[in-house]
Amino acid sequence: MENLTLKSNKKAILLLESGKSYLGESFGAQVERCGEVVFNTSMTGYQEILTDPSYKGQIIVMTEPHIGNVGVNKEDIECDQIFAEGLIVREISPVVSNWRAVSSLPDFLKKRDLPAISGIDTRSLTKHLREAGVMRGIISTLDFDPKSLMNKAQKSSAMVGQDLVREVSSKEKYDWDLSEWRWEGQKELPQLESHVIVMDFGAKQNILRCLRERGCKVTVVPAKTSKDEILSLRPDGVMLSNGPGDPASVTYAIETIGELINSIGSSKKNMFPIFGICLGHQLLGLALGGKTFKLKFGHRGANHPVKDLVTGKIEITTQNHGFCVDIESLANKEVELTHINLNDQTLEGMKHKHLPIFSVQYHPESSAGPHDSRYLFDRFIHLIQQSKKDRT
Amino acid sequence: MAKRTDIEKILIIGSGPIIIGQACEFDYSGTQAVRALKNEGYKVVLINSNPATIMTDPEIADATYIEPLTPEYVEMVIEKERPQALLPTLGGQTALNLAVALAEKGILKKWGVELIGAKLESIHKAEDRKLFKETMIKAGLDLPKSGIAYNLDEAQNIAKMLGFPLIIRPSFTLAGSGSSIVYSQDEFIEAATNALDSSPISEILIEESVLGWKEFELEVMRDVRDNCVVICSIENFDSMGVHTGDSITVAPIQTLTDKEYQLMRDMAFKCIRAIGVETGGSNIQFAVHPKTGRMVVIEMNPRVSRSSALASKATGFPIAKIAAKLAVGYTLDEIPNDITKKTPASFEPTIDYCVVKIPRFAFEKFSKTNQTLNSQMKSVGEVMAIGRTFKESLQKALRGLEIGRAGLGADGKDNQPTLEDIKQKLRIPNCDRVFYIRYAFQQGLSISEIAELSSVDPWFIQQLEEIFRFEQTLLKAPFPLSKENLLEAKRNGFSDKQIAYLKNEKELEIRKLRKSLNVLPTYKVVDTCAGEFPAMTPYFYSTYEEEDEGEVEEGQKVIILGGGPNRIGQGIEFDYCCVHAVMALHEAGFRTIMVNCNPETVSTDYDISDRLYFEPLTFEDVMHIVEKEKPLGLIVQFGGQTPLNLTLPLEKAGVKILGTSPDSIDISEDRMRFGKLLEGLEILHPAYGIAKTIQEAKNVAQNIGYPVIVRPSYVLGGRGMKVVYDEEMLNQYVLSQMDHYTKQLGDHPILIDRFLNSAKEVDVDALSDGEDVYIGGILEHIEEAGIHSGDSACILPPKNLSKNEIQAIVEITKKLARKLEVRGLLNIQFAIQDKKVYVLEVNPRASRTVPFISKATGIPIAKIAARLMIGQTLKELKGIYHFDLLNYDFLTLKHIAVKEAVLPWVKFPGTDALLSPEMKSTGEVMGLDFNFASAFLKSQVASGTPVPLQGTILCSLRDQDKRQALPIINEFIQAGFKVVATEGTYRYFKDSGLIVECVKKISEGRPHVVDLIKNRQVQMVVNTPSQSERAQTDGSQIRGAAIQFQVPIFTTLSALKALNESILEIIRQKYRPEVQSLQDYFQVKN
Repeated sequence: MENLTLKSNKKAILLLESGKSYLGESFGAQVERCGEVVFNTSMTGYQEILTDPSYKGQIIVMTEPHIGNVGVNKEDIECDQIFAEGLIVREISPVVSNWRAVSSLPDFLKKRDLPAISGIDTRSLTKHLREAGVMRGIISTLDFDPKSLMNKAQKSSAMVGQDLVREVSSKEKYDWDLSEWRWEGQKELPQLESHVIVMDFGAKQNILRCLRERGCKVTVVPAKTSKDEILSLRPDGVMLSNGPGDPASVTYAIETIGELINSIGSSKKNMFPIFGICLGHQLLGLALGGKTFKLKFGHRGANHPVKDLVTGKIEITTQNHGFCVDIESLANKEVELTHINLNDQTLEGMKHKHLPIFSVQYHPESSAGPHDSRYLFDRFIHLIQQSKKDRT
Repeated sequence: MAKRTDIEKILIIGSGPIIIGQACEFDYSGTQAVRALKNEGYKVVLINSNPATIMTDPEIADATYIEPLTPEYVEMVIEKERPQALLPTLGGQTALNLAVALAEKGILKKWGVELIGAKLESIHKAEDRKLFKETMIKAGLDLPKSGIAYNLDEAQNIAKMLGFPLIIRPSFTLAGSGSSIVYSQDEFIEAATNALDSSPISEILIEESVLGWKEFELEVMRDVRDNCVVICSIENFDSMGVHTGDSITVAPIQTLTDKEYQLMRDMAFKCIRAIGVETGGSNIQFAVHPKTGRMVVIEMNPRVSRSSALASKATGFPIAKIAAKLAVGYTLDEIPNDITKKTPASFEPTIDYCVVKIPRFAFEKFSKTNQTLNSQMKSVGEVMAIGRTFKESLQKALRGLEIGRAGLGADGKDNQPTLEDIKQKLRIPNCDRVFYIRYAFQQGLSISEIAELSSVDPWFIQQLEEIFRFEQTLLKAPFPLSKENLLEAKRNGFSDKQIAYLKNEKELEIRKLRKSLNVLPTYKVVDTCAGEFPAMTPYFYSTYEEEDEGEVEEGQKVIILGGGPNRIGQGIEFDYCCVHAVMALHEAGFRTIMVNCNPETVSTDYDISDRLYFEPLTFEDVMHIVEKEKPLGLIVQFGGQTPLNLTLPLEKAGVKILGTSPDSIDISEDRMRFGKLLEGLEILHPAYGIAKTIQEAKNVAQNIGYPVIVRPSYVLGGRGMKVVYDEEMLNQYVLSQMDHYTKQLGDHPILIDRFLNSAKEVDVDALSDGEDVYIGGILEHIEEAGIHSGDSACILPPKNLSKNEIQAIVEITKKLARKLEVRGLLNIQFAIQDKKVYVLEVNPRASRTVPFISKATGIPIAKIAARLMIGQTLKELKGIYHFDLLNYDFLTLKHIAVKEAVLPWVKFPGTDALLSPEMKSTGEVMGLDFNFASAFLKSQVASGTPVPLQGTILCSLRDQDKRQALPIINEFIQAGFKVVATEGTYRYFKDSGLIVECVKKISEGRPHVVDLIKNRQVQMVVNTPSQSERAQTDGSQIRGAAIQFQVPIFTTLSALKALNESILEIIRQKYRPEVQSLQDYFQVKN
């Protein structure tokens, strides 16, 4: 490959498993990281995307060419830590222009030790990933020798078979007490009416915000929390959060979810709803006896059309997943399909035939992305209230 | 939901003539919608008064009516066609207002026509300021604080409450017409009075100023299931206060976080739901405070718009086509995405490039008007550019703008303004501001200083600064430049011309160097999905990246160069010709490749050609495409002056120009060569000469004899053209030309022709294969020679030409076509004085009148021309398009077609409403009927001049016109009209025995002549201006008042004569207007 010009001497390189390499300008930390290279087509929300723990083990390519224009602010984060492995953009903005910004994106990345490349043909890279499928890659500002880079990339662990949840899940249980961002400031928080336990597989904070502002006391628990521990917290509902990696490898969580299902199915007294999002949806699918598979290049963006099979309505959704629950594998299971992706007809949502258990593959909390699917949280609250009634 | 089956026939209303604020984007939208509905099996009836549109081609709709867009005429069409539904959202504000009128007059109910796409109530909610405000507040949306007034008292009370500055907007007007920003009580009274006058319901909104706030737009679509999507987000470079049509705009939004953007998206959906737009597209505008982030709704348009056309071109999502399908009941998920074919239309396009639109102004033609940009739209066209980054797109757009610039400065055309000038130009919005930001960098102003002065977002200013900084890098770099530098220059959007200027080299040297270093553009696809899915649509833009996606296909290819941004003199007519060329060549089995950069056009619809390159029309950009595609040749003769100007450099570079040879084109453009040609053929022409200095000009004029007509060489639309009556005027003219151009005349000599006084002017469009010649039409001008042909009304077939004169015209046309070896179209302008036929101009290319002639005669001459250009002969083509080579169809027509020009006076206050050799009209209409009287009447009504059949005529004539006017005025009086006249005219008429009243001049106290017009006590004004034109006399005030209060005004006796004839005939014969479709006129069935 021919080198593109550089504005400064701070070079960075991206090398893919396929042998393709891209040379650009570094605007992040001077480090080297391996990861699965994936593209996201959202035109806004790079800060939310970067801080989404589901990107653990992945290097993100933004298809929107201008990134960094609005800097970073205090509010638009999904996790206090960045788990993504790197960022690839066409053009990093040298200035920040937004009334809420507190820092520039390059500074933000440098502080968090994340490598980032600007100035490469992200469209060609995206098309390559679309055609060849997502693959491992290495991003480096230290080593520019293709052979050595390829060596390192191939040695890095592949996405399939990896339990990344254990690396991103919180170590301790904690409570959440903030609402969604609003122009006029924090919404006055409603009284706490129900207790929702969020199993943290790498939860985005906006899920917590959406729950809290609907009157839920939100308790986040580590992924490895057992059924009994969860039940001891007397939940009115359980949220299975999003998260990174191959769902099939998170066996402990699948087991716990299975036990929870059995528990609530055992008697009305034990009844509470379960709501799964993204990885939570996949784990639920596995717990219900389904199978998951890896998509060629995944769904990552904020414009995916999903159809609600009950109402016929279409919602524009935020998506971020590389794995998917196999529709076929759910035949003869206690599961009904509720949502379908209109682009490729893959599964987007399902519910239990008899129990108040449902899940979606996409992100109703969006962030970044449209608010079309917030109604799912209301549905969850509604189920919580119903099962509370049923219990008494 | 599937499509509705209870509807069979749908009426669509077009947008009428091109005016400022409503241009060919509605032909693009309308054509798409008509086609979409026809494909769904509906019968489509179309009414539009504009003949220069693709949508009015007889094969597009099932029944096409070229009739005035008034409730009366639309009702006639409804009565005849009996459609079950009316889709009013595709013809701009004109169609929407007309639909409201039809509904309110009970016409729709009477004939059982249902409004689809937008209901009456929704239109009211969106258009009526008060209802809009109430609706938005109810929906929980924030708006600027405001009040509504119906008279001056109410207005002043509101102003007191809100404080200054304020924005005043009249309800139900077009393109913000009548809107203004006021800073003081003094200004307020005048502005409020004007606004109250310009609103048809005398309603104005007075609003808290959001000047300087950031301005955004969302293009939203909704279907019957209440599914809503955003198709495109747009950010305005110019902050609030400048009409979005006059702003530089950028897609997607660049300076909002996702949180803020999603909030805006929520608000947009709340807005479209509250207004109740059931199906289709809407444009919703927002303002955001730069420091606090407060977000308010400004306005919404419940229809396709200029912005939706831009959004369609920017994203590849065909809004009008989808809107049409939604209107008949489809839901978004039932419609496939045109580009991916595999995914549905129910998604939100995501783009991986940056789009910049820059408006094109025509202030040079209206020099007396205030050029400050405000909430009233003034631009006449726009250019769009696509690049991977803002910097690249901005520079591409600037070089595509046809203002002689090669990018953001650094092209040898820069000024040296003082710091004061710069600050002034930054502070006050104007069309050159982007260049002044660069000057500000040169003077060392900082980004924040510039942002403070201009209210342009610092992000944009920073981008401009990077361009400027790289310019400095290039300046310092040694020549030959390194590959790295060249590539970086290209990635920053620099053209070869700019690089050449900076390095003091020739453009071709830069090109050579680049090629030798392999610094070449790559082409990327516009695919709606940022590369996530494979795209099926061949819609490309250039950039400098690694991968080129424009795989070249096999086949015989022809590249057609479009016309670039619309401006006065070059508009929709040329795009019409380009589209016809594309269609004809496609039909003939060629692969057609379109190059253009005007987002408003049909030609840049990716459905039209086999391949579309959305690129600036410069030598560099075109050459890249030629080298990539290796076509058989290029067609440059259809897109007007823009592509024509590229002919010589392209030919020099070895590109094959199809059709008439570049040499012949040059002969016709070069006054000296042209003169010799005519002399050789013994064809009469006015005496002429060329001058490069004032002295030479004086000598030439002396020899020829005054009056003379003067103009700069190589112009279109009569730019800078003038009739000069004496040496003093000539002196002034030459000086003004020096000032206009490079402060010398050397490169741009002045052409001086003898002016033929009181001559009849005639336009001819003909086809030739070099051997045979087919006369497409002979257009007789109603106005005499000396008024630009584009501004003159015309009749086809000619009415007042003798057989001999027609014979002479035909013979000369044939002679010239053969001598110039014309292959394709030929336009000739003739003047007839004392029965002698003179040739004024020959243009071996498509002319502005081609669409009119095609519509009037039913023969698609542009299509035939395109096939002649690829070597077919007229004899071979006979029969394909129903034309008869031996008989000229236009002479055997049973009907008469009248073209009338539409002028933008009302948008340029301070400009005298006078016709001259310099073209000023923005559009045209056609009146079609079986007699001259009705056809002329229709043309006047269609152009917005309500023709009175009774009432009072105000006359104020110059001395030399009085004698000639006498019999005409007499006839009006005999027909029952009352006549009032100013002093001199009154005395002359009275002395000649006419019964007329006298009216006071302005200086003679009140009520005076202007009061009469203001109070609408006269129904028509006749005012012929004196030659001197220097005096700002009553004349200009009379004309100004007539324009402002929309009283029909006639400034030439020839037009008055035609009107007189038409009115008398209608009164005498008791003609009642009738309508007939083009398909019936020409007996064709679709």
